[in-house]
Amino acid sequence: MREPIINKAQFTAKDLAGEDIRWCPGCGDYAILSQMKKMLPKLGLPKENFVFVSGIGCSSRFPYYLSTYGFHGIHGRAPALASGIKLANPDLKVFVITGDGDGLSIGGNHFIHLCRRNIDITVILFNNQIYGLTKGQYSPTSEQGQITKSSPFGSIEPAFNPVTMALASGASFVARSTDREQKHLGEMLLRAAQHKGTSFVEVYQNCVIFNDGAYSDITDTKLKKDNLLIMEQGKPYVFGQNSDKAVNWNGNKFEVVPYNESTKSNNLFTHDEHGLRATTEFVLAGLSEQPDLPTPIGVFRNEKRDTYEALLEKQIEFVKQNKGEGRLVDLFNEGHTWTVD
Amino acid sequence: MPNTDHKTQTLESVTIRFAGDSGDGMQLTGTQFTNTAALKGSDLITLPDYPAEIRAPSGTLYGVSGFQIQFSSEKVYTPGDAPDVLVAMNPAALKVNLKILKTNGIIIVNTDAFKRRNLELADYQSNPLEDGSLDGYQVFQVPIMSLTRNALEDLSLSNKEKDLCKNFFALGITYWLFTQSLENTLNWIEGKFHNRTDMLEANQLALKAGYSYALSTEMFATSYSISKAKKRKGRYRNVTGNEALALGFITAAKLTDKELVLGSYPITPASDILHFLSKYRHFNVKTFQAEDEIAGIGAALGAAYAGAVGITTTSGPGIALKTEFMGLAVITELPLVIVNIQRGGPSTGLPTKTEQADLMQAIFGRNGEAPIPVIAAQSPADSFWAALEAVRIAFKFTTPVLLLSDGYLANGAEPWRIPDPSELPAIEVTYASDAEQFAPYKRSLDTLARQMALPGTPGFEHHIGGLEKDESGNVSYMPDNHDKMVHLRADKIERIREFTSHPAIDGPEMGELLLVSWGSTYGAIYTAIEQLRKEGYTVSWYHLRWINPLPGNLENYIHNFKTVLVPEINLGQLSKILRMEYLVDVRGFNKIRGLPLSTKDIVEAAKSYLKG
Repeated sequence: MREPIINKAQFTAKDLAGEDIRWCPGCGDYAILSQMKKMLPKLGLPKENFVFVSGIGCSSRFPYYLSTYGFHGIHGRAPALASGIKLANPDLKVFVITGDGDGLSIGGNHFIHLCRRNIDITVILFNNQIYGLTKGQYSPTSEQGQITKSSPFGSIEPAFNPVTMALASGASFVARSTDREQKHLGEMLLRAAQHKGTSFVEVYQNCVIFNDGAYSDITDTKLKKDNLLIMEQGKPYVFGQNSDKAVNWNGNKFEVVPYNESTKSNNLFTHDEHGLRATTEFVLAGLSEQPDLPTPIGVFRNEKRDTYEALLEKQIEFVKQNKGEGRLVDLFNEGHTWTVD
Repeated sequence: MPNTDHKTQTLESVTIRFAGDSGDGMQLTGTQFTNTAALKGSDLITLPDYPAEIRAPSGTLYGVSGFQIQFSSEKVYTPGDAPDVLVAMNPAALKVNLKILKTNGIIIVNTDAFKRRNLELADYQSNPLEDGSLDGYQVFQVPIMSLTRNALEDLSLSNKEKDLCKNFFALGITYWLFTQSLENTLNWIEGKFHNRTDMLEANQLALKAGYSYALSTEMFATSYSISKAKKRKGRYRNVTGNEALALGFITAAKLTDKELVLGSYPITPASDILHFLSKYRHFNVKTFQAEDEIAGIGAALGAAYAGAVGITTTSGPGIALKTEFMGLAVITELPLVIVNIQRGGPSTGLPTKTEQADLMQAIFGRNGEAPIPVIAAQSPADSFWAALEAVRIAFKFTTPVLLLSDGYLANGAEPWRIPDPSELPAIEVTYASDAEQFAPYKRSLDTLARQMALPGTPGFEHHIGGLEKDESGNVSYMPDNHDKMVHLRADKIERIREFTSHPAIDGPEMGELLLVSWGSTYGAIYTAIEQLRKEGYTVSWYHLRWINPLPGNLENYIHNFKTVLVPEINLGQLSKILRMEYLVDVRGFNKIRGLPLSTKDIVEAAKSYLKG
């Protein structure tokens, strides 16, 4: 398999312009596309090795807007197509672009099994908590009580947490970012793309038409600092207007503690993307579901694990060593044969 | 073989049916008989006939598992309508199968199983071995279970383990009756049980004991022998339809110098293709057992896009689930083979039984104008050639291809003449080579196939997808473009007709009766036609290979007959298509019993039109 050679790419973000973009003005998707274009040249891979695969929905138009190989599939099934692509040619760098409806509702089954198998595919899930392309029905990540076209009295369904799903399904790299934190988003995309195995990035993305302001608590400049927690490897979970608070694990649950010169040296819980225990990892993923706790973004899990395709290649080599390279004449004459003269 | 005073009579052909509980090992027994008969040079066809339940409660009527084989010194085309010999391991097996046995046929029964409880389970009011209900048959009562136990009495096995060997005892009896050699099965047992020497010995002993029992008790006045079949020179092996498909796909991948990627989800009766293919990693076969039917075809399509030979295999209910992806394969114009091993429907239907009722689904069952070429295998061994042809057309025309087989072909076996790999037809694959001139929906003038370029090829980056495209691969909602693309996709499939060989009509090109058929009914109709001609009737026959597009030459004949008769295991699906295409008042002969059509029924149906 080809190893990424940093900064050897023969193209720049400008070379990646695809078809005319047809997203609504102000859509959060633009920011993700822009960061993707900036990030791809950094991977050091030739442009022809990128394949973008998608399902159906606003986000799934993404492949058209890049001048790489692109396969716009059917609703929810991009992981299946992408898995086949990667099986046939492990040298390709394959991305799945999906949304909360595409990836977690109609495509939920494919998503969890992709994560389980750890095929080397990077999944970017645009989570706007709404069905946009079908014009505004509640999605599996819509908040309970949300008023939408299909829930005029409020949705009675609890929401999925995409990061929790990816973690539980066994994805080996799991991260979250938002369309507003561009630098952070760019970094998450890069790290996910560089990861070997199924990597997953949930991007909180604003739908200006059907669910505007869904993430205002972490995008509004006044509210943001008290509500957004940027997780960094080896560091405590510090947030707040003046970085004056921290989220700490008390052995039982996460709680907010003051963070200042005097408490700094206290034994605060620090982030470890390589080895969080299930208890902390899952509570962290759903942290903001508890009152007064911030929304964490960053890398939740980053672990090295054999990829599906590497294990498959290994098995093929193993069988070849035992049985030799398959020849048709041997295949045909296997088992009981007899001759008629 | 020891010679005794017995007469050995030579027969042309014999049909034997092994029947017992699902756990009695009847499929194994039948397969062993098949391989032994094949090695002796018989031509043959088999019909495994078993319930969907893995181990239905023992002794019940619905738990009966059967395996039928017709073996002959002549070429055979069916597993035989009515068995000459029935081996019945219990009352239920006798009851289920007696009605199809030939008059004066041989019945070998395991009397140990004819106890009150088993008789009740089989709904017998009295013991058929004693009440005269088997008069008119040659009944051989053998306490197979106790004889097996006796034969194994020196072995330190439990009675339960000893009873597992009773099918080999029964097999031994039939080997004597048909002067077969024990060697092949003894060798097989040796290989199979090399890790359990006690069971190895027990099964071998049971087989020999059954043989010796028949020999020494002189239970049969006559033993029978089938001469070697006069077959085309060459090397042969037995293959089931599913095995032949797997061999065909591996071969196709080799011929195209590509990897084979199978995306599949377990389903009866298609799973064996997945099982076979998963053994061939050293042929660069990548089997992907997907999370569901949809992912199975999705992965196969993704693999096809990335340059592999992409295959997905399933049965009717799975096709229903794969339908949306089949539409995507049509609009993205990628080479993909979708295999449907048809079974009884609708819904879950009859999972282990055969049917031909998915033809309309294959041809029409998608949203939008989504034409897919449809090819049908006609016998177990022919499945190999159907697989090669399906892959050839998929690549030549950049299109998904639907290959129809069915439960009978899939599990049935026949000798396959092993081809010389160097004599196999080439499978052409063309990729775009001029980046300047490249556009993903630019087409070959001959075939209308679109230009393909594999991801990873510099300078050919492009988009494909489920939205309508113009030639450049850009999304287009323009009315005229859609009209053009819909026509192009349809015309492309029609062009396949010009690149495939058309079946020849069998018989006069005009006359009283033409039979038209497709798929697995080939064998039964072949035999029926032979019989009709022996009886002095004149009848013509046309068996389809491709059903979409229909072959060009059928038009030349179909209007020349007083009656066109289409025998099918459905309510007349090909009949409807022929009526629609040719405006001919086609008659159907339709039986939907989960079983192959019988030769006798086809002969009668044909005669009813020949008289009038």
